[in-house]
Amino acid sequence: MSLLLPESGLVFWMLLSFGIVFFILAKFGFPAIVNMVENRKKYIDESLENAKEANEQLSKLKAESSAIIASANKEQGRILKEAMQERDKIINEARKKAEFTAQKELEDAKKQIQMEKDEAIRDIRRQVAVLSVDIAEKIIRKNLDEEKKQMDMIDRMLEEVVSKSKN
Amino acid sequence: MKQLRIVLALVCLLSGFFAAQADDHVVVPPEQKENDVDVKGIIFGHIGDSYEWHITDIGHTHVTVPLPVIVHSSVSGWHVFMSSKISHGHTHDGFYVAPAGSYEGKIVEKNAAGEEVRPIDISITKVTMGIFINCILLLIIILGVANWYRKRSPESEAPGGFVGFMEMFIMMVHDDIIKEGVGPNYRKFAPYLLTAFFFIFISNVIGLIPLFPGGANVTGNIAITMVLALFTFFIVNVFGNKHYWKDIFWPEVPWWLKIPIPMMPFIELFGIFTKPFALMIRLFANMLAGHMAILVLTCLVFITASMGPAINGSMTVASVLFSVFMNMLEVLVAFIQAYVFTMLSAVFIGLAQETGHGEHKAKEEGAIS
Repeated sequence: MSLLLPESGLVFWMLLSFGIVFFILAKFGFPAIVNMVENRKKYIDESLENAKEANEQLSKLKAESSAIIASANKEQGRILKEAMQERDKIINEARKKAEFTAQKELEDAKKQIQMEKDEAIRDIRRQVAVLSVDIAEKIIRKNLDEEKKQMDMIDRMLEEVVSKSKN
Repeated sequence: MKQLRIVLALVCLLSGFFAAQADDHVVVPPEQKENDVDVKGIIFGHIGDSYEWHITDIGHTHVTVPLPVIVHSSVSGWHVFMSSKISHGHTHDGFYVAPAGSYEGKIVEKNAAGEEVRPIDISITKVTMGIFINCILLLIIILGVANWYRKRSPESEAPGGFVGFMEMFIMMVHDDIIKEGVGPNYRKFAPYLLTAFFFIFISNVIGLIPLFPGGANVTGNIAITMVLALFTFFIVNVFGNKHYWKDIFWPEVPWWLKIPIPMMPFIELFGIFTKPFALMIRLFANMLAGHMAILVLTCLVFITASMGPAINGSMTVASVLFSVFMNMLEVLVAFIQAYVFTMLSAVFIGLAQETGHGEHKAKEEGAIS
């Protein structure tokens, strides 16, 4: 029967030690562990939430960036096209201008040539006149007597000169 | 399979060898014959309390750990001495261990009239020492684990190894037993219930270890379970709310059960005391029975020693096999009893916290007890 009767000394020691252990563990033991585990759980939940958000943002950014790239590609095409058109236009203009200038230069050259030719003809004429005067002088000095011959000669000569110059 | 067979063969051989030397190892009171084993003495010596911690006998030498005796005599005041001074029937300062009578095995002294009386006895007995060892172990384990957490922030990674195991264990008790049992305001009661769970569990497991620091039958002692049940009793009734007390003194039953004879209030009032009483007896009886079963199975070897080698050999094999089985069962029981005590305490506390007209958890109570 002594098994079923609680011994007062044991009750005393058990009360004392269990009370002390309970006090220490309730103050320093279990709350620290349980709080830490719960905080960690909260932290993990938060981290998961954050990761989800970050993923969403990332996919949004990706979509945005691909949209930006697409628009940039489009823009690039447009710019290239414009540039090509511009180039063609510039080239055409330049060609036209060049043609125009060339034409003008040609005309100028022609005019110049014409002018120079006229000058040359005038010169020749002058020379011919001088020459003919010289010839006439010579002939006159040589054959003043034969007037008719002299005139014929002058005519013939003049004729020759003129025909020559015309050629 | 092959290994198992070798192990079994070894066990048989060894047990036969030990059986041959059995009478050297058993505590044999001198007045008994060499082969007559005092089974009752062995069993009650192991499961009961004593002033010294008896480990084993080698030949006729007792290997014991003496423990301090602290007594207060109504005649001569306080006395503190080691238990070795009063062992084997010696008397010290008028104190001696009563060999028979109503105080058998306890320290007594003679009063002026020459009658045997009990002094106030707060000796550090075997079970007290067991309590201290278990408490220190519990403190080391839990504070060690708590210390691991104190040095880290919640952002650090989860622990592994022993700390991780303890975390899993503690959170299992915390979430599955306490949160479930107590209900919404479980936070206030969690430290007590966790302390009770781990104290009971560690005591149960240490009690299963047969060698010196273990083996004390702590949770199989009614004084220990009584204190634990008293803690639950006080917590239930101190923190019980208005609704709890109303349910006891004015339960929702037909009026003729309350007036003129307060039948239901009486039953409810009685229930306040039976609940912790059931807690006390359940834990005590389960652990005591487990220890007894293992001891009886072990004693089979020595009881059959005089019946010839054939019976003795076969009984030894059976005894070892059953002891192994019982020990495994006891490990399970160690956990289950801690679980049940904590869970029922949590449920009782939870019932005293209930405010609404929700379902009573009587079903759960009935299923376990």
